Amino acid sequence: MRHWLLSYGSDTRLMLWVPWVLLALAFALILSHLIDQKARAWAWKGLLAMAVVMLGVLPYLALVWSPPEKYQGDVYRIFYAHVPQIWMAMLGATLNFGASLAFLLKRSFKTDSIAEASAEVGLYFGTVGVVLGSIWAKPTWGTWWTWDPRLTSAAVMLIVYAGYLTMRRFVEDPEKRATWSSVMGIIAYVDIPVMFLAVRWWRSIHQVQSNPSTVDSTMSMVLLWSTTAFLCLFVVLVYQRYLLAEDVKKREVALPDALPPKELAT
Amino acid sequence: MSDVPAIEINDVSKRFGPRWAVSRLTYSLPQGRSLLLTGHNGSGKTTLLRMISTASFPTAGVLKVLGQETREYREEIRRDVALLSHASFLYEDLTAEQNLFVLARLIGLADAKPRIDALLDRVGLKKRSDSPARQFSAGMRKRLAIARLLLKAPKLALLDEPFGELDPAGILQMEELIRELAQKGTTIVLATHLIEQGLSLTQARLHLENGRLTEAKA
Amino acid sequence: MSPGLVHSLLIVLRKDLLIEWRTRARLNALVFFALATLLMFSFALGPDTALLRKNAAGYLWLGILFASVLSLGESFRIETENMSLDGLRLAPTNARAIFLGKAVGNTVMLFMLSMVVTPVTIALFDVTITEGWRPFLQILILGCAAISAPGTIYAAIASNARARDVLLPLLLFPVLIPGLLGAVKGTQLILEGDPMHQLGSWLGLLASFNVLYWSLGFALFPKVIEDD
Repeated sequence: MRHWLLSYGSDTRLMLWVPWVLLALAFALILSHLIDQKARAWAWKGLLAMAVVMLGVLPYLALVWSPPEKYQGDVYRIFYAHVPQIWMAMLGATLNFGASLAFLLKRSFKTDSIAEASAEVGLYFGTVGVVLGSIWAKPTWGTWWTWDPRLTSAAVMLIVYAGYLTMRRFVEDPEKRATWSSVMGIIAYVDIPVMFLAVRWWRSIHQVQSNPSTVDSTMSMVLLWSTTAFLCLFVVLVYQRYLLAEDVKKREVALPDALPPKELAT
Repeated sequence: MSDVPAIEINDVSKRFGPRWAVSRLTYSLPQGRSLLLTGHNGSGKTTLLRMISTASFPTAGVLKVLGQETREYREEIRRDVALLSHASFLYEDLTAEQNLFVLARLIGLADAKPRIDALLDRVGLKKRSDSPARQFSAGMRKRLAIARLLLKAPKLALLDEPFGELDPAGILQMEELIRELAQKGTTIVLATHLIEQGLSLTQARLHLENGRLTEAKA
Repeated sequence: MSPGLVHSLLIVLRKDLLIEWRTRARLNALVFFALATLLMFSFALGPDTALLRKNAAGYLWLGILFASVLSLGESFRIETENMSLDGLRLAPTNARAIFLGKAVGNTVMLFMLSMVVTPVTIALFDVTITEGWRPFLQILILGCAAISAPGTIYAAIASNARARDVLLPLLLFPVLIPGLLGAVKGTQLILEGDPMHQLGSWLGLLASFNVLYWSLGFALFPKVIEDD
């Protein structure tokens, strides 16, 4: 049963624009955060508000408003959470790769903090995403775990990034830690496509791929909605984790730019 | 070439985690002159020597060795500088002779065998040249390490506690070796707690406290 | 005149192999460790000979992989013992030559290990080399090289960290999975026959894995060991 507000053709079509507008808004907030120093104080709050509101509405959209799928019935609804989370994990890995490269080139501790934050948040999203995928697999493929290439390579990458974060805990010297983890971040990221290819050759079982042309337009709208919501959450978490990392670093290293005073105070 | 300073330290600082091991140090040492580096444990002597040897690099400031910036020209500097450090740089499972041969090959020394034999004789390890370093006492390791430094015939020799772990005879011998090095025109930086020996071997003096220069005599 | 990249690589390699030769008791222990691993697999999986034969390729590579952690760790333990790696760097030796020398040295060690373990695998699990020795040797060399390149990078990192014994396998194993898959699948096809001609693509995967990691090591290793 669709809600009365959305039950008419023209209204539904109108509604389809909403997530695009929200996505644009999210991008605008992220961009202003990146470009404008002053926006940093409030832009993330805007994103947080968007995340909270959109995630609050998501259960209704995903569980009630969106129609059941032709073949899978209601099970597919988990995709609204699963797919965006995996995307955010990939975004986290990409951000980590970029920050790692940047650290090796410019040796700024800020990029190291970004790398740490993105790896940790990405690992969180990836773990939830893989668990949700496994829950989906149970009723669909009849088993919690299949050696499906996507599932397997995702799970292995989780271990790779868990190792990355473990290594960070085991090295005290901040410079060495930053350098080594940058090297590992680059290696891990380059490993992703090789891993996927290898596992696909190794064992491939039939995949139920969602094909955009056969997906109901309301479904893609909900997916876009939840992606935007998780994107907002991702950015807020990475930013907050980044601030935390910077805070720890300030205590850990007298900060590289803060030189000791020229003369000792007597 | 000889008019460039051997070491030129310009407002150099080095950070290890939360600690500044060396803070805002400025000093210059001309070539051919020997410097005594003094200070308590943890005053930054080793850190400074490691930076001059290009084993590590300043967090801030400019450090030039033989006229060249260390980070940029590390390969060139490493050819002319040798470090005798607390760690011996030796391979425990190689014999004394093999340890020296590895270095001789790496620096492209042709016909190294007679030089190595002479050096082992000089430091009193000729009889033990076929024993693995693992069987050596701390003093013997020190002797082998100094032989390693001499093999390189550096323009600038950095000696971090060369008298440590040596017996009285060994200390005398080490003094003699350092004097010989200086006579050949090698610039020497000597960090030691044995101030008496140190002063007799060097002309300039630098005293460090908590990573800061507190006393300098050119 | 100081030696170039290839020459320094050979000096580092020669030094490492000399050390391995002088400590061959340790080497023997490594071989027996790999053999013990093979035996343990047989016991853990029961006396079903058909099953053991089918999985022989996997056991062979797991034996090599477990032993590799020990030999990789050892190859950097000798460098950290008296900070010899600093001595090597300051000699001076190009950091890339150090990487290549160490990685080639590790490949040689693993290959020799696999040459000892292979006949035992053949005897123990009753398999035959159906596709001939040439592809088999190819896959052994490529597989050992695939373990050694990332292994050398990670061993250099782990050797300076706390808890290095746990850290090395934790970091190395997951990254190695594509290479391991290539090696195991390829070996399996060589042992059981390759009617569908799939061997080429597995060798290709293994070769690309090697190209990727040897170049990554070549590019990144100076960052790992240089202190700037």
